[in-house]
Amino acid sequence: MAWETVIGLEIHAQLSTQSKLFSGAPIAYGAEPNTQACAVDLALPGVLPVLNEEAVRMAVKFGLALDAIVPSRSVFARKNYFYPDLPQGYQISQFDLPVVDKGYLDITLENGETKRVGVTRAHLEQDAGKSLHEDYQGQTGIDLNRAGTPLIEIVSEPEMSNAKEAVAYMKKIHALVQYLEICDGNMAEGSFRCDANVSVRPVGQEEFGTRAEIKNLNSFRFVERAINFEVERQIDLIEAGGSVVQETRLYDPDKHETRSMRSKEEANDYRYFPCPDLLPVDISDEFLEEVRKTLPELPDAKKQRFMDELGLSEKDASELSASRAIAEYFEEVAKGSGEAKLSANWVMGELSAQLNREDKGIEDSPVSAEMLTVLIQRISDNTISGKIAKDIFVDMWTGEGDVDSIIDKKGLKQITDTGAIESMIQEVIDNNPNQVEQFRAGKEKLIGFFVGQVMKASKGKANPAQVNEILMKLLKG
Amino acid sequence: MSLTADEVKKIAFLARLSIQEENIQTYADNLSGILDLVAQMDAVDTDSVTPMAHPQDVSQRLRADVVTETNQREKFQQNSPAIEDGLFLVPKVIE
Repeated sequence: MAWETVIGLEIHAQLSTQSKLFSGAPIAYGAEPNTQACAVDLALPGVLPVLNEEAVRMAVKFGLALDAIVPSRSVFARKNYFYPDLPQGYQISQFDLPVVDKGYLDITLENGETKRVGVTRAHLEQDAGKSLHEDYQGQTGIDLNRAGTPLIEIVSEPEMSNAKEAVAYMKKIHALVQYLEICDGNMAEGSFRCDANVSVRPVGQEEFGTRAEIKNLNSFRFVERAINFEVERQIDLIEAGGSVVQETRLYDPDKHETRSMRSKEEANDYRYFPCPDLLPVDISDEFLEEVRKTLPELPDAKKQRFMDELGLSEKDASELSASRAIAEYFEEVAKGSGEAKLSANWVMGELSAQLNREDKGIEDSPVSAEMLTVLIQRISDNTISGKIAKDIFVDMWTGEGDVDSIIDKKGLKQITDTGAIESMIQEVIDNNPNQVEQFRAGKEKLIGFFVGQVMKASKGKANPAQVNEILMKLLKG
Repeated sequence: MSLTADEVKKIAFLARLSIQEENIQTYADNLSGILDLVAQMDAVDTDSVTPMAHPQDVSQRLRADVVTETNQREKFQQNSPAIEDGLFLVPKVIE
């Protein structure tokens, strides 16, 4: 039987505020356990939540970026469940009136087509603390630093039909929240994570199959693998005569499998109700307009502009606009050097290779946009060749100074003096009579050999275009 | 509206309340009484009324995003029966 997969994602993005959603405790990552958990976060008797304006602003900003409906009123609700890392005994979240209503996102598929994925809603909620199950005399250790940290949960429509689409959607949201500067996107620290709802159904069937929810996927690779594993598991199960159980599953990256988290527990019954400690949140038109003014140029618009203004191909524009930091770096180099295509090649080539090699983000690049701009200017004004430029780039990376001082210090200036090149070429010709004879007899491939010899003699500094031209003239002469 | 004994047990379980078997009928009667009262209100036509999320018809005040709390871990942990390495210790929970 032919099967079709249906995937919906719930993405949790931690908002980059200074303080918590409902308390004035800090949310910095990596602090000593329980040093950032105040009386409100610990849910001591008598405390009351007070809503963080910046968190509301960030959620609204996200809604506007998705072209979503941002209702004039939203309401906080209690989601009731018991777990030791949730001292209140309920999570303050939103239920029927979220801060962001329906929106959408366009993703680019592998074949280059665009697919529109609906975003059902995005709501504000508190994060829970952390449970540490290592050995504390057979007990569980609880760190409540994260308790009360502001999150937005972004819920997609079940409109993705394979793991690659799900990853493309997640990457796009990931780029977007960073563009908007509402989330640092740090997946290793858990600032951006995702649950995947996965089901399968026979091709052509209207109703959805029973879904399983895979929890806490914190890398793009895991999302793709976990979904692929889960789809296969469900198909195998049904084809063997079984049926899928609606449940929560956990992906184990070491074993590459998903497994049931709660097998016998009753179906979750969260008994949502409006939180009596909080009043409805009114979003005025003035507030919306104020937030709208703070929207930066978004990835799709930037991509289009890179194509229209800078003449980049769709592929290059797409890659360079995917991250705001890279886009801004690239644009500075492209505008400064006046060489958009060459700048694109350098940013996507040498620079990103070095960054990957050292697992660095572009903001930590030892070669600044300004330095790369000068390097590209020196290529385009013929001071150095592209090949020498790569060596200089490595020198700059290791802190040997700026472009011009490295060129001076190492004597790398390109030789463009026709007379000097001619005499080097003449010497190569004189030293290789056999090859010259063969060349003149028609073995034109040998041009490569001569170019190589000349470049070697000039230590890579001869201008390649001039070398080619003069070589042909002298050899044929 | 009348709650069954099983429904009372389920509600008690969800709220992690330990209740005695012999009291279940009383709880069922009392809770059903509350639900009956709510049911009476259903008779009112509220189609044109915007639901309220809170009895006070005002909206939420917002707080500036400023850190105002200092670390008071030591004081808070004086209340705790077991602590180690700055963590609160609780009976083992594993999913």
